[in-house]
Amino acid sequence: MTRTTIPASRSTGVVVGPVRATWLSVESHWLWYRRNWRSSAFSTFLGPVLFLLAMGFGFGSQVRPGAATGGLSYVEHLVPALLVTTAIQNANFDSTYAVFSAFKWSKTYWGAVATPLTPGQVFAGQLTWNALRLGASLAVFLAVAGLLGALTGPAVLWAWVFALLAGTAFSAVVVAWTATRRTDSAFNGLFRFVVMPMTLFTGAFFPMSDLPSWTWPLAWITPAWHGIELSRGAAFGTLGPVALLGHVAYLSALVVVGAVLGRRYFTRRLAV
Amino acid sequence: MTTVDLPLVRASGLTKHFGDFEAVRGIDVEVRRGEAFGFLGPNGAGKSSTMRMVACTSPRTGGDLRVLGMDPDVDGPRIRSRIGVVPQEDNLDTELTARQNLEVYGRYFGLSRAHVRSKAVELLDFAQLADRADHEVEPLSGGMKRRLTIARSLVNDPDLLLLDEPTTGLDPQARHLLWDRLFRLKQSGVTLIITTHYMDEAEQLCDRLVVMDGGRIAAEGSPQDLIARHSTREVLELRFAPGDQDAVVPVVTPLADRVEVLPDRLLLYTADGDGVLDAVHARGVRPLSSLVRRSSLEDVFLRLTGRTLVD
Ligand SMILES: Nc1ncnc2c1ncn2[C@@H]1O[C@H](COP(=O)(O)OP(=O)(O)O)[C@@H](O)[C@H]1O
Ligand SMILES: [Mg+2]
Repeated sequence: MTRTTIPASRSTGVVVGPVRATWLSVESHWLWYRRNWRSSAFSTFLGPVLFLLAMGFGFGSQVRPGAATGGLSYVEHLVPALLVTTAIQNANFDSTYAVFSAFKWSKTYWGAVATPLTPGQVFAGQLTWNALRLGASLAVFLAVAGLLGALTGPAVLWAWVFALLAGTAFSAVVVAWTATRRTDSAFNGLFRFVVMPMTLFTGAFFPMSDLPSWTWPLAWITPAWHGIELSRGAAFGTLGPVALLGHVAYLSALVVVGAVLGRRYFTRRLAV
Repeated sequence: MTTVDLPLVRASGLTKHFGDFEAVRGIDVEVRRGEAFGFLGPNGAGKSSTMRMVACTSPRTGGDLRVLGMDPDVDGPRIRSRIGVVPQEDNLDTELTARQNLEVYGRYFGLSRAHVRSKAVELLDFAQLADRADHEVEPLSGGMKRRLTIARSLVNDPDLLLLDEPTTGLDPQARHLLWDRLFRLKQSGVTLIITTHYMDEAEQLCDRLVVMDGGRIAAEGSPQDLIARHSTREVLELRFAPGDQDAVVPVVTPLADRVEVLPDRLLLYTADGDGVLDAVHARGVRPLSSLVRRSSLEDVFLRLTGRTLVD
């Protein structure tokens, strides 16, 4: 009898499950971060705090509590919204240049997909890492705001949840989009024409009613506006259940759309 | 009961298209356990495209492909768990240390922390990078990065190792060091597939190789086979002052089995180089310089494709 066979493997490698694979990818980002956190410490931690000091306490001291601030001091009114805009700004770099580099400059994604990991798992790892890092940086920001006496009460913790959701929604969509970019030329434009307006004109610093009404629909499609509505509404107890569900549904839908597209675009780019 | 080893890689009619462009145009290849198999061809021949299909990182367009007995379209991750890949361009994480690169990569193969830790030590030693283990990768030399990439590809003790132009761009000393490492791997029984456009590399390392050009395989065999089949034992190279070469061609052509006219020299293929050189002199031809050498894969390539490997 003749048996044709591939002789037993001497290889020690095995295929890990999708959750574990995603987590291993997260681990590698964490290892990188532990070595290189200094380079992003200013933009991630110090920048937002300086912003809180300048806008919240500096500029805010000129604003008298009133209807526009829900009767609160300007800085108290600002913090939940600032958490959202900080989330979007912090997510921006991790979702553009960091991702683009892993495709094009450091090429680390290409290394990862030569292992049992799949492009979809590499994408999932990146997005999970972005969300975890966002969660950590927002927690630090919230703690600092607390030390500075800018928090109204425990309900502000909800602002952390919704800022994280808004930031992750933004990240999911932008990471997916970045996977389709062949050059880094669009990232500056994204920052100037999308991220900046999205953080300035969606009601964080002054009511949207001060803006011409034709700008409102533009704000309504941004994750920032939904995040700010949620985060302020939950922190100050002014949010009705319908609005709550609506905003959460919109942001969750963005996460899902970003995840589906991201998986597809990562696969298209890495398995050519 | 007899056991017949299936080939580790079997491709038949394998094709790869990028849009309308056909990078690989139907190739048949078998790589057996324990051998060092080469793809020799110039830039653009389709070597990397082929390697990436075998590595299960690039889906094939057509034809059949089995790697370790499995279909990459079905079992990509399982195949990848058992092979090692050295891509043409390094993709190390240059902001991590050498050791961290190995450990992170090993984890992707489902290996325990303890296992990757001890494996990293072993591989750093193998790659002669033990003294750089905890240095960041970025400032390492090209040769060191290449050795680290090879070390990384071994982290799962692969059954099959794919090396895409392992020494391109390295200086001679770095190349020889790498060749030595690859030779050791071969001795230890690892099956190697190597692409290269250096004929000396193919001759040094490969038991068997295919000559690839324009997405097709032009010939297959051991280096000695190919030379015996497609070239003569010796080659006489003649160089002339610019402009003198053309007039000489008809004079020397009858003296050799075959003459190749390159822009800067003539190659006369013959069993007896010195004899032909005497005959050339006897006809009053005075080259600026002459050289008798053994035939190489470069000559085989020239014969098969009419072009040189590296221009
Ligand atoms: N991703 C790609 N998209 C389009 N064309 C490609 C791609 N990869 C390779 N090619 C083309 O396919 C041909 C073969 O390339 P490659 O397999 O890299 O050859 P080699 O490795 O032998 O130099 C080249 O003409 C190259 O330009
Ligand atoms: Mg190549």
